[in-house]
Amino acid sequence: MSMTIKLHFDVSGEDFTRAGEASGEVKSKLRQIGVDPAAVRRVSIALYEGEINLVIHAGGGEIDVEICPEEITMVLTDNGPGIADIEKAMTEGYSTATESVRSLGFGAGMGLPNMKKYTDEMKIDTCIGKGTTIYMKVKL
Amino acid sequence: MTIGEIANVISADVVCGEDFLTREVPGAFGSDMMSEVLAFANDQSLLITGLCNSQVIRTAEMMDMTCICFVRGKMPDAEMIKLAKERNMVILATKKRMFDTCGLLYEIGLRGGGK
Repeated sequence: MSMTIKLHFDVSGEDFTRAGEASGEVKSKLRQIGVDPAAVRRVSIALYEGEINLVIHAGGGEIDVEICPEEITMVLTDNGPGIADIEKAMTEGYSTATESVRSLGFGAGMGLPNMKKYTDEMKIDTCIGKGTTIYMKVKL
Repeated sequence: MTIGEIANVISADVVCGEDFLTREVPGAFGSDMMSEVLAFANDQSLLITGLCNSQVIRTAEMMDMTCICFVRGKMPDAEMIKLAKERNMVILATKKRMFDTCGLLYEIGLRGGGK
């Protein structure tokens, strides 16, 4: 595999049923091109957690994935409310999810910590009232 | 142990994936919180859950879990079954509750598929 593959997805904030579609497509693509299964799983989980966050916290957003021979980069952007306290948000068990989100099985406060756990690099840029961009990298 | 054997022990109906009942299951993970599954489960496990929405299928897909068992009489809707079929997953459904389901499977030797 010598070329770079770029994938772009628009994630709707309205449709919880479709959340995870982008991650599923990325996972299929990575498997198709023969990426190491352990790396596929790490990317899939990190991206899925991020995609769910876009839907339940940010009102939707965009996902860009770049697949290179040495690494896979994921960028998730939204125009949501921003993260008020990043340190708290990165704490396991802390969540700002609503009651209705918790009844759907999420909001346990593991999303951001999981994303950090499964990736080699992670950076969060956020601005209250403007939105958030999350960069993640998995090395191959 | 196979999915078919598991279905028998917990008196579960096979909702979809009838062709895959001989698939081996090395471990199981029981939870109603998908965030927990994403954080702790191992692959190729059985997911036992009372949560019944499309994200259960998506979570199982991300974790490479090939069989889902819904407890407490929960039944997946058509959209969920479609998602599962597309991913060659088996869906079981039992009226038993979480504790009993896990206990019965533990008794016959199935262990936790978690890190």
